[in-house]
Amino acid sequence: MILKPQLQDFKNIGYYSGRIIVGISLTMLVPMVVGLLFGEINPALDFLIGAEIALFIGLILTRLCFTKKDLNWMQGMVVVSLSWLAAMLVGAIPLYLSGHWGSYLDACFETMSGFATTGLTLARDIDHLSYAHNLWRHLIMFIGGQGIVVVAVSSFAKGLSGAFKMYVGEARDEKVLPNVIYTARFIWLVSIVYLILSTLVLGTVGIANGMKPVNAFFHGACLFMAAFDTGGFTPQSQNMLYYHSLAFEVITIVIMLLGAMNFNLHYRIWTGDRREIWKNIETRTLSITILLTFLIVVIGLSQVGSYPSALIMFRKGFYQLISGHTGTGYSTIYARQFIDEWGNLAIVGLIIAMALGGGACSTAGGIKMLRLGVIAEALKQDVRRIILPERAVVEQRLHHLKEIFLEDKQVRAALLITVSYLVLYGIGTLIGMFYGYSFLESLFESTSAAANVGLSCGITTPGMAAGLKLTYIVQMWAGRLEFMSVFTLIGFFVAVVKGK
Amino acid sequence: MKRAIILIFFCGAVCFAHLPAVCLAGQISSTELINNAKEYDGKSVVYVGEAVGDVMVRGDFAWVNVNDGENAIGVWLNKELAGEIQFTGSYQAKGDRLDITGVFNRNCVQHGGDMDIHAESIRKMGSGRLAGEELDITKRNYVFVLVAVLCLTFIFVRRRKSA
Repeated sequence: MILKPQLQDFKNIGYYSGRIIVGISLTMLVPMVVGLLFGEINPALDFLIGAEIALFIGLILTRLCFTKKDLNWMQGMVVVSLSWLAAMLVGAIPLYLSGHWGSYLDACFETMSGFATTGLTLARDIDHLSYAHNLWRHLIMFIGGQGIVVVAVSSFAKGLSGAFKMYVGEARDEKVLPNVIYTARFIWLVSIVYLILSTLVLGTVGIANGMKPVNAFFHGACLFMAAFDTGGFTPQSQNMLYYHSLAFEVITIVIMLLGAMNFNLHYRIWTGDRREIWKNIETRTLSITILLTFLIVVIGLSQVGSYPSALIMFRKGFYQLISGHTGTGYSTIYARQFIDEWGNLAIVGLIIAMALGGGACSTAGGIKMLRLGVIAEALKQDVRRIILPERAVVEQRLHHLKEIFLEDKQVRAALLITVSYLVLYGIGTLIGMFYGYSFLESLFESTSAAANVGLSCGITTPGMAAGLKLTYIVQMWAGRLEFMSVFTLIGFFVAVVKGK
Repeated sequence: MKRAIILIFFCGAVCFAHLPAVCLAGQISSTELINNAKEYDGKSVVYVGEAVGDVMVRGDFAWVNVNDGENAIGVWLNKELAGEIQFTGSYQAKGDRLDITGVFNRNCVQHGGDMDIHAESIRKMGSGRLAGEELDITKRNYVFVLVAVLCLTFIFVRRRKSA
């Protein structure tokens, strides 16, 4: 029997969602101030309107649903999935008002793409977009990468024991520190320190490459936010091709790899335990999958012979591969070049890399290295069981921050999420094919959206069918939250309708 | 006479058919270049668009990204030629409109495989300008209305709190 949710469930969900919406309204003040500093009056008004609407909704929700009760697991999961949708709806307001998005749906697509750190864009004429709107596009990646709830938890949660439930709902099932609020604050500390350092480095390189100082540092900050949070937006329409710079490519590769690393590994590095990097199953799995997928890409590119030299093939192939594998979506080639010049094998190599993703508890999307490592170890265990005598006790260990004995429940959880991702990639592919695109194009774009990558083979344009836009929004949302909170939300709605 | 006319016509047709292989005199859009990169690779093209972003000087040369309304393509040109560009497109400015004649490279060997155009000549077709921003009255009015709504909401919230 399904139990109908009680009034208290709605109050808890409404209250905590309201607090998160208030938080989002406050973040809109940052681009508003930047807009005013650059003398962009109308963009500043766009953000003021957006902030006012969000604040109004947030205040009404927190007042009408006021409660002092803590969240249970179901409520925490529902708050997370609903907050992400609410963030998309209110975050899209200033973008839509700018006139650079053809419809409110396009602006919602952009906002979800930003929060989910995907990087697919439907913006028109990015080259004339204001500093304020460009900052917002990158800031939502920074917020979404850390986790919208992490932002709320670290900024105004005081003694919020339900915070951990929301934290888990946001696909962060590992704590860096014993307390979830300290964990959230550590994630912010890491991100802010890297932000300052990377902005200085990228800004200096930008000036050396001939950019105006203001632009160089603005681009530096934006590029860092989108690279570290494995997002993929850039302030110009050509993506990374705008800079025509090897230095920018090398620096962003380093930042993308840092972003794809588990925050626990960052903590170990910060506390001086550098050996953990080499022992950790995620790092090892990532190294192996990068090597294997790069091998596929290189063989594919060699077959087609698009690039005039091996060095150029390495530079182009490796950059797109790291960008795809880490889930960033930065690109130094035009979208159409994937289909026209890469050949089927290289594209498949890139799709596999995109589907696998980066580290658990990182800003990357996709299946994740820890799950892949667990599944590989389980497979090894099963093979050993078959080879060894029947009475032999076969134990499989893996190293992730500490030595862990592999248990069936870990394998089951890893397989469940992996299968969910594969189904999500498949559904998006089918819908893409329904709209008339080829299998490979549909698979590429669907994997890119669901694994929160952002590379495009040319399907994602403002003229794309509304049904496909909605499909990719759902894929980005479900992929970023890693399903459980989305499944809980669906279950909640079923309980509202059918419960007794 | 009839044969001579046919021969002249035939020669003319052959020359016309081979013309694109030597120089594509007509203006070509960025989409056309990107989608048919193989066909245009290494050929002289005419590309028209607005200079956007930064003019990035690198030694004796410079990069200018030129947007024709569909996509932007990087143009590698002499520093002196780049000096003629006064305005580049951004939120605050409409960039100079440039007519570029140059060699299109699908995967430029000199520039790490980037798709670009090496300009031989540029001609400014139209000068850019600073885009003066006028206050959007409708947006301003929305702000005032929403401020009023928020004030009422705060009163409602405080009343319920005190109650």
